[in-house]
Amino acid sequence: MSTIDVTKRTSAGPRREIGKGSRRLWLLRSPEGVLGAVLLGLVLLIALAGPLVAPHPITETIGLPGAPPSAAAPLGTDFLGRDVLSRLLHGGLPVVWLSVATISLTYLIGVSVGMIAGLSRSFVDPILMRSVDLVLVFPPLLLLLLLLYGAGDGTGVLIIGIVLVLFPGVARLVRTATLEVSTTGYIEAAIARGETRLAIMRREVLPNIATSVLADFGVRFSAAVILAASISFLGFGSQPPAANWGLMISENRPILPTNPWGVLAPAILLALMTIGVNLLADGYVKTRTRQR
Amino acid sequence: MMNTSTNDETVLDLAGLSVTLSTGEPVVQQVSLQLDEGEILGIVGESGSGKTTTALALLGYSTRGAEITGGQLRFRGEDLVMDESMRANRGTDISYVPQDPSRSLNPALRISGAIRDVLDAHCDPSRLNEEAVTTALGRVGLVDIQSIGARYPHQLSGGQQQRVAIAMALSCDPAVVVLDEPTTGLDVVTQAKILEELLRLRDERGISMVYVTHDLAVVAQIADRIAVMYAGRIVEQGTAASVLRNPRHPYTRGLLASIPDHIRPRRLEAMPGISVGVGGRPAGCAFAPRCPHSSEACTTELPALVSAGPRHEVRCIHLDETDPAVTRPMRASRPHVEDERAVVLRVEQLAVGHRVGRTEKLAASDISFSIARGECVALVGESGSGKTTIARALSGLHPLSGGRMTLHGQTLPDAAGRRSREQRRQIQLVFQNPASALNPHHTVRDSVARPARLLRNMDSALVRGEVDRLLECVRLQARLADRYPHELSGGERQRVAIARALAAEPDVIVCDEVTSALDVSVQAAVLELLAQLRSDLGLGLLFITHDLGVVANSADRVLVLDAGRICDEGPTAAVLTTPKNPYTERLLAAAPSISVAIEGWATRPAVGATSSVPTGGPGT
Repeated sequence: MSTIDVTKRTSAGPRREIGKGSRRLWLLRSPEGVLGAVLLGLVLLIALAGPLVAPHPITETIGLPGAPPSAAAPLGTDFLGRDVLSRLLHGGLPVVWLSVATISLTYLIGVSVGMIAGLSRSFVDPILMRSVDLVLVFPPLLLLLLLLYGAGDGTGVLIIGIVLVLFPGVARLVRTATLEVSTTGYIEAAIARGETRLAIMRREVLPNIATSVLADFGVRFSAAVILAASISFLGFGSQPPAANWGLMISENRPILPTNPWGVLAPAILLALMTIGVNLLADGYVKTRTRQR
Repeated sequence: MMNTSTNDETVLDLAGLSVTLSTGEPVVQQVSLQLDEGEILGIVGESGSGKTTTALALLGYSTRGAEITGGQLRFRGEDLVMDESMRANRGTDISYVPQDPSRSLNPALRISGAIRDVLDAHCDPSRLNEEAVTTALGRVGLVDIQSIGARYPHQLSGGQQQRVAIAMALSCDPAVVVLDEPTTGLDVVTQAKILEELLRLRDERGISMVYVTHDLAVVAQIADRIAVMYAGRIVEQGTAASVLRNPRHPYTRGLLASIPDHIRPRRLEAMPGISVGVGGRPAGCAFAPRCPHSSEACTTELPALVSAGPRHEVRCIHLDETDPAVTRPMRASRPHVEDERAVVLRVEQLAVGHRVGRTEKLAASDISFSIARGECVALVGESGSGKTTIARALSGLHPLSGGRMTLHGQTLPDAAGRRSREQRRQIQLVFQNPASALNPHHTVRDSVARPARLLRNMDSALVRGEVDRLLECVRLQARLADRYPHELSGGERQRVAIARALAAEPDVIVCDEVTSALDVSVQAAVLELLAQLRSDLGLGLLFITHDLGVVANSADRVLVLDAGRICDEGPTAAVLTTPKNPYTERLLAAAPSISVAIEGWATRPAVGATSSVPTGGPGT
């Protein structure tokens, strides 16, 4: 929709000026949203633009291992004497990429399975949901490690593993939310006029379950990031000498007494990223619920 | 504390109550009420009139976001401060029966536990024993008290739940009970029993009651005095006989003219416009924009309550100029013609059920009827009689367990997915609850355009004009087209839902309790609209309702449904005047009729005579 549309809406609705137009600015309508956007923006900037401005290649040794911050290396050196700052600037991209890929796939699959199950009213529902429960039975990390042992630890396998661990929760949540709206008049009207199942899901169900589904988006995103970082920490996923925030935390533990920045800096950035996403999700849900 | 203006019989005296939202919008302005010993005062108003807020203020309570900003409350001559300090008076002096017992009873507590909680909170501890619990339950006409006390709220019927709520309110022997819509949501037979019970409690125990409702027909049956509220103010109050027989305010007259009546059917007069809620109330007389008698002066000065007879006050400056409304005759009922060509929808031996485990429980069976072009058939029954399931089956939302449906002579499959597009277009459904009938994320235009696009293959370029035409057809302003449902009132939403049904150009519209969630003045407007569309477009209507007044007003033929079976059927006038079935007779006897109640007041004694009942009945 164009901007003309927006202005017309607001001028046409004097009673309550909440239309779709103002909804587009939801981000700026809550303090959480603003703060979340700033934090996430900062982390994304470091992750995306970092490789371009990094002073040293990630493999270059510039000093003694575990040296504290100095003029040449503002964040000191790591356990092999490489520049922590440079590795920090390079190490965000794989983390961001992996998080975005896993969380998008998780929600794509989780939301589809949940909506199909919630709307089906037939044998499809129990079959889908019991298969989902089957995945939930295993401890997540165990499932992931088994998968990585069995199928190799390529990035693709890692993504599939994390999605497999996370999507059941989303699917169950979406199914419940779908069941709740599925008896409302507008869904019944849509079924009665013969809308396709896809149209019902997209037009009628999805917009109305969005807030409940996104309510814990932040928590699930954090889980994805932490899982990916744990995998790196355990030695799967990114392999040395690659730079990766999760891997850096693990590698630099031995030099913690001499240069704590080797562990702290990537940990802080990971924390800022998850906090930013959480605040952003909270702000979104808050502005949306306020509009009802 | 001497007060000369109120006599000894006044138990509750509220003066100048004002309640304001935290945003500064007034909810209730300068409301003054008196309640005598043993009297039942009915407060009548539509949604947004401030009636519930007034009721709660009598207990010193205001909902979150609202604040009692002025007024004096006197209980038996003693001044009370209307705030949490009234906790001591709640339950013991003044108690409250909330609107919906199914939601206000704690689902995790057994009934006896819930009553014990009330006794614990409000009575003196010496009385806290099992006997007090059974006494409380026994008072409200519940049988098998032991078993009811041991049950949870969901194991009781709506009527039993309401009795329990009343028992809770009475458990500490209050002098005044404030009842907020105590029978709304109950079927007429249960409603009649509850009203009878309340009258008995008043007569036996001398309890004074404030009965808050939107339903004038109910108030006419039970109240001694009536206060009519509009936009936060009392516009008319007086003895029930005086207000009902000789209403003086145009709003009261409008309300009376909007109530459908099954004993004396008449054409409804819908008041123009919609009821003013909280916020955006006009200056001067708030009713002026909808009033046929309004003049320049009405919009500038607030009329005072002036006397219009003994104990009868009206807030209108044109008091002496207004004429009583003229009753218009009913529209002529269409005679039912057994012409096969005119029949649009035919249902034969239909059976619908719900699967419970492996077995199927039939909700309705052996249902046969037909709807001809332009005909309105009413399906009447209490809640649980299977009427909604039948409506859903006709719309392709519920599988048939037996029987068949034909549309224009062709077999109609039961699942919407297996119907042809033409068949889906020809039958449309309008839902009971307008709040959930429209997708909250679609504008009015999107909602109304969809069926035209999908079922009539209408070109996008033409849809815009079509939506405008349909909105005009249901008498909605075109500027509402770009609004979202939450920006509309209940009546407006229901019109949008009707417009959405019309967008398919159907032959039959199935209306499932379409007016039960609406105010009476809005209901009158929607019923008039449907009647108009029926005669203009030749629409067939299946009108599903529990309200016999609505049936009398709208239907050509009636089917009475009892426990899933048709027990009585025939032309409306015949069924309503000479019922063939005992169940129909019971329904008719229980349904409140405003005209009968008004006629009844001519023979009943004046209020003063009934209000001398001594306080505290037997067993206090």
